[in-house]
Amino acid sequence: MPEFVKLAINALTAPSIFVTLAILVFFASLKFYRIWTRPKFALGLLVASILFFLISITDAHFQWIVSQPDNVPIMAMLYVVGFFYWLSLRQAAINDERIEQGKGPMEAEETNDRVHVWPDLVYTEFIASILGTAILIIWSILVKAPLEQPASLTRTPNPSKAPWYFLGLQEMLVYFDPWLAGVVLPSLIVVGLMAVPYIDKNPKGAGYFTLKERPFAVGGFLFGFLVLWILLVFNGTFLRGPNWNFFGPYEDWDVHKLVPLVNVNLSEFIYVKWLGTGLPASWFWRELWGILLVIGYLTILPPILAKTLFRTMYARMGFLRYNVMIQLLLIEFSMVIKMYLRWTVNLKYIIAIPEFFFNI
Amino acid sequence: MAEKTPVKAKSALAQAWAMVTDSQIWTSLIRHGYPEDARTRSLAVLTNVFLHLHPAKMRKSGLRMRYTWCMGGLSFFLFLSLTVTGLLLMFYYRPTAEYAFSDIVYLREDIPLGIMRELHRWGAHAMVITVWLHMMRVFLTGSYKPPREFNWGIGVLLLVLTLLLSFTGYLLPWDQLAIWAITVGTNMARATPVVGYEGPLAQLLKLGDIALVHAGADARYFLTAGRLIGAQTLLRFYVLHCVGIPLAATVLMAVHFWRVRKDGGISGPM
Ligand code: HEM
Repeated sequence: MPEFVKLAINALTAPSIFVTLAILVFFASLKFYRIWTRPKFALGLLVASILFFLISITDAHFQWIVSQPDNVPIMAMLYVVGFFYWLSLRQAAINDERIEQGKGPMEAEETNDRVHVWPDLVYTEFIASILGTAILIIWSILVKAPLEQPASLTRTPNPSKAPWYFLGLQEMLVYFDPWLAGVVLPSLIVVGLMAVPYIDKNPKGAGYFTLKERPFAVGGFLFGFLVLWILLVFNGTFLRGPNWNFFGPYEDWDVHKLVPLVNVNLSEFIYVKWLGTGLPASWFWRELWGILLVIGYLTILPPILAKTLFRTMYARMGFLRYNVMIQLLLIEFSMVIKMYLRWTVNLKYIIAIPEFFFNI
Repeated sequence: MAEKTPVKAKSALAQAWAMVTDSQIWTSLIRHGYPEDARTRSLAVLTNVFLHLHPAKMRKSGLRMRYTWCMGGLSFFLFLSLTVTGLLLMFYYRPTAEYAFSDIVYLREDIPLGIMRELHRWGAHAMVITVWLHMMRVFLTGSYKPPREFNWGIGVLLLVLTLLLSFTGYLLPWDQLAIWAITVGTNMARATPVVGYEGPLAQLLKLGDIALVHAGADARYFLTAGRLIGAQTLLRFYVLHCVGIPLAATVLMAVHFWRVRKDGGISGPM
């Protein structure tokens, strides 16, 4: 691969650009789901990605990072998730077209056929476990489980990474304090997921793939899962190196890479840059604007949205459901907002009260 | 129930076979003939404690691979296979700071054809992925909608337990990868609001001048049984990994499968 292409790709994978591109591609893939999911088109995408991978692997750094034993499953996961993303949207496209023609989803054709669990299901399970066993054995023979030096608390590896499935949260640590990224966000994910069936009152779309009949639910979930979870796991695994600095896929992990840290709190923007008065001594006056901003975001936006963008949704959901939903949504979205604030104006904290370990 | 055929019309082999299948041992083990008609097929499922978590009959649409992606089933398969390989690993592994690492080296270097550790580690990675994908398909088919809200909730708990199983297991090899990943992970607990010593509002919990929440008594200490990751953490994680969490997951899986059945089988359009 020519050097200038590598440099260009390294630059494109900088978090700000890469996440922006990913968000755009994601929404485009939902918008044009009937086009790109056509088998020929999708096959083309697959072939292109494999070719790209094969060309990339000639690069020494790329080869090193993707062949780390623990990274092999993550590489495989990207393809598997991609495949199932295609499969679900493909079926949604077919179903949505059928529904438009008044035929009902394809699942409906077979839903009243009853088959015997023995043999139809039991045999399927049996074959699936044999295949599963075979794949596991082959994988285990080919890739040896990693083992590093014996544990030592005096030698800190650089970078120190959490287990791969938590790397999305570790990535969030760049933008949020640990009490948010490590405690509040994961708890909200769990609670939010559990709340889903009670929030989503759309009676349509139960028991078949569809996008058209529930675009908001499907879009919201997939955005969280694919962009905020899988993509950030990918970033954390392949693009975060020493000192949690960002490195392109063809860039060597240089421990001495210097990245200027010039992050500024909102209070410093207001009092130092704009008013020029210097920070007030009391934390209350210092942080008042940030506190108002956060409270405003969570209390003023919901009623406005209920009257405008989400009007029909509000009518269907009622006060309580709507508010639970919108709070979860605003918090999901605040992650994106905070990332962009960091990339564009180097904002560190909106509220910073180190006196109480309370930073947002 | 085995069919009784007239014995005299048959060859010696068939007679011998009939003797076997008519014997008390055989009929006590296999209570019906080969499942080939509606009756025996239903019986095959209903009279077997393992199979009877299934209904006798199901919707054809729920059988489709393109519908379920087989991901719930694969998650369960991986859980079972992890239980077996984990049990075998327990024969070789001692959860102490002194032996843990060398036991892993022994497993790795000295056991002929040893792929138990690989099977266990890759199986665990795979299970995390299959559980995520299972959740994705359940969401995208709207299968959490009534009457399946409760089972979706059980599923979310299973997801959490799956991640915790993986997380507690990550420490056990007791190498640099393990100890530092767990350090990064558990450090977050320091910042838990109220009950973490570097968390917001922790200062509120005070008796006079004495802070109730400090580095030696907070959420992180509770997880790691010490101010640093050490031998006590290893033991704690080992017990949770091998006994505590698998037990909880087993119970929840039983509930999960039972609910799939009671909620009318795999979802389908009405
Ligand atoms: C250890 C993890 C899990 C195991 C072993 C498991 C297993 C299964 C199995 C075997 C089924 C039958 C249908 C299928 O295979 O798709 C099923 C259905 C279901 N699972 Fe799970 N599951 C797990 C985790 C989850 C999670 C994380 C969720 C959601 C958050 C979930 C929600 C559901 C629901 C709602 C159904 C009913 C689906 C329908 O009727 O179509 N499960 N599960």
